[in-house]
Amino acid sequence: MSRTWVTPGGVHPPENKHQSVTLPIGQLPIPEKLVIPLSQHIGAPATPCVEMGQQVLKGQVIAQAVGMVSIPMHAPSSGTISAIEHRPIAHASGMLAPCIEITTDGADTWIEHQGISDYEHIAPRKLLEMVGNAGISGMGGAGFPSAVKLNPGRQRPIDTLIVNATECEPYITADDSAIRERAGEIIEGIKILSAILDHPTNIMIGIEDNKPEAIAALAPHVEGSGISVVVFPTKYPSGGEKQLIYILTGKELPAGKLPADEGMVCINIGTTYAIKRAVIDGEPLISRVTTVTGDAVGTPRNYDTLIGTPVRHLLEHNQFDEQAGGRVVMGGPMMGFTLPSADVPIVKTTNCILAPSYAEIPDDDPAQPCIRCGMCAEACPVSLLPQQLFWYAQAEEHDRLEAHNLFDCIECGACSYVCPSNIPLVQYYRAAKGDIRQAREEKVKSDHARDRFEFHKERIEQAEREKEVKRAARREATQQAKADHLAATANGSAVSSAAPSAPATPTGAVPSSSAADIIAAAQARAAAKQASPEDQRAKLERTIASAEQRLKMAEEKLAEAVDSDSGKQDKLSAAVENTRQKLEQSKSKLAELAE
Amino acid sequence: MIELIAQNPILAALVALVGLSILFGALLGFAAEKFKVVGDPIVEQIDELLPQTQCGQCGFPGCRPYAESIAAGDVINKCPPGGQSTINAIANLLDVPAPELDAEHGVESEVKTVAYIREDECIGCTKCIQACPVDAILGAAKLMHTVITDECTGCDLCVEPCPVDCIDMLPVAETIADWKWSIPAKPGQMIASDRRGEVSPAVHNEGAA
Repeated sequence: MSRTWVTPGGVHPPENKHQSVTLPIGQLPIPEKLVIPLSQHIGAPATPCVEMGQQVLKGQVIAQAVGMVSIPMHAPSSGTISAIEHRPIAHASGMLAPCIEITTDGADTWIEHQGISDYEHIAPRKLLEMVGNAGISGMGGAGFPSAVKLNPGRQRPIDTLIVNATECEPYITADDSAIRERAGEIIEGIKILSAILDHPTNIMIGIEDNKPEAIAALAPHVEGSGISVVVFPTKYPSGGEKQLIYILTGKELPAGKLPADEGMVCINIGTTYAIKRAVIDGEPLISRVTTVTGDAVGTPRNYDTLIGTPVRHLLEHNQFDEQAGGRVVMGGPMMGFTLPSADVPIVKTTNCILAPSYAEIPDDDPAQPCIRCGMCAEACPVSLLPQQLFWYAQAEEHDRLEAHNLFDCIECGACSYVCPSNIPLVQYYRAAKGDIRQAREEKVKSDHARDRFEFHKERIEQAEREKEVKRAARREATQQAKADHLAATANGSAVSSAAPSAPATPTGAVPSSSAADIIAAAQARAAAKQASPEDQRAKLERTIASAEQRLKMAEEKLAEAVDSDSGKQDKLSAAVENTRQKLEQSKSKLAELAE
Repeated sequence: MIELIAQNPILAALVALVGLSILFGALLGFAAEKFKVVGDPIVEQIDELLPQTQCGQCGFPGCRPYAESIAAGDVINKCPPGGQSTINAIANLLDVPAPELDAEHGVESEVKTVAYIREDECIGCTKCIQACPVDAILGAAKLMHTVITDECTGCDLCVEPCPVDCIDMLPVAETIADWKWSIPAKPGQMIASDRRGEVSPAVHNEGAA
């Protein structure tokens, strides 16, 4: 027997597993309606590929995978598609999610399917494709698509395959009973996995010592196969991926690393059974073993349940006593969550439906203040400081939480279990994780918004610059035209007066619109003015003559107005004054010129 | 020359010191040019913390100008979209006490909103497109406009210019993907009679707030 290591912390809650293993795995009548959520796994939800009213056969693809990390969904039984809409699903939020509803016809007719028996001679890529097409995701808890997990890439060769048969959570016996009854098929599945992963040197099945029947059932099948069954003492939570890897190999996975980074793959034992069915029998994942237990049900036992079976259907066939216990928990008492309603369907990760009586699992007592006893720190399997995390979560100090490795918390609930003050610690951590994730997303969004704003500003400025350039060009063009015009007139008069500086306006330079030309034109203009005194004199004389005439007329009009005593008197006298001034100005200029 | 220096220890020291100072001066001058810090790093850091809605509620045309103003000594509580958490983060960065949000610039909204154009009422005037600081509105003159909700920062600068009032600020619906657990009621706030879902209204409000 190989050596095992002991994880820190952990708790020993009452196991309560014996109730549900007295009977073999049972079969339920096919429910009238099956509801298949499109997202039962980590990654992109599948997209429906069926229409309302369409007839589907058992095992037919009803929703296709989208992208790399996704899985398809199959019809668990034959029937008619009766709804594609949002329905309540098994989620702690109680929110709705897209689902496909099948009204079953009871015939349970299989679609044509075919497996392969000589998987040893098939390329691993083809086997992976079969696993992917069968819609298999991890059945232990998180629901990570198995085909992705089993394809770590060439740069990460796998030398250790760990099969997780720990099932450390109280009450749950789904894996235990599956091993008891299907050990041969499970080992077959592990051999297929080994073929996919190019025959890792170490293949281990990790199992707690509270399942002696399962261990005994595995023993004959593993003999001579190179697979070792490693039995270790029962403790919660030994079934966490990182915990199990430490127990079996003594290697601690660094934070943020995947087992594949260390050359390991860890897979749930229920998943290996599904892989066997997919490859050898050609059957997609459409049913799973689910434990129905708790004092509020009549006969606690395991059922081979079709995916999509409403929880209510399971409970009704098990004499559920609603008076004894109002709550229905999906999962175990440590990590499970209370269902918002019993109408939600069983999904690929549902290993247990727990309906406890109030006497069995009483409601939590109200939380008391933290007394810093430190029991949570002793119980933590990841060696975190739960009480510190609790304080920081209350104060919403996100950077401190991250510094205290909040994201290494596996939310096992051991700290809440031992807390003498009944503080719902895990909920604080979940809330804090959610807040931090949201803050990170917002940061990404705000960076994106900043980029867009900067681009927007740049664009506006660019447009403004272009406009400014155009405006300047236009202004210059008008000035040029003016200068041209003036230069032309100045030239004309300068030629007649034979002024020496008049040719300073080079007509050839007119099309160019440089500042020098404008200055030259202005200079030419000034020169032209000065250069033609005779012309100016003639002009002034004309002005004086016309002004004198106008003055005379104005004076006449004024006299007339004074005679008739009309109201125009003021205006007219002002006009006379104006004209007189202009006349005098012109006269003085003429005198200047004469000098 | 060398003899003179050798005989005159004071002169030797002087020459050595002057030589060293010229050497280090040159080195520092070179470093100042070579490793010149472009822009004001504190402005960058403050800008990183601001929510980048570019809404102008602080009185500055965008987040960056406000960041520059804070770096120059302006008060840090003028940003309603960022709310108290942004104020706290900036206070932490600048090592100053965190004030409450200045109500003069608006109040922190509980829910995130995005603009939504009632498309059959839109007359295609492009006024909202010009107002949008992040180019999140799509459309052309005399043609219907629409908001790219993924890009909308919820600044509501487009609501004001709309001549037909066809833009609404709608809260973003929570989906199952971004749902998160809430912090439980503080210890001592729930009493034994509140058990089994019968949460008293006061505690319930406290928990929701």
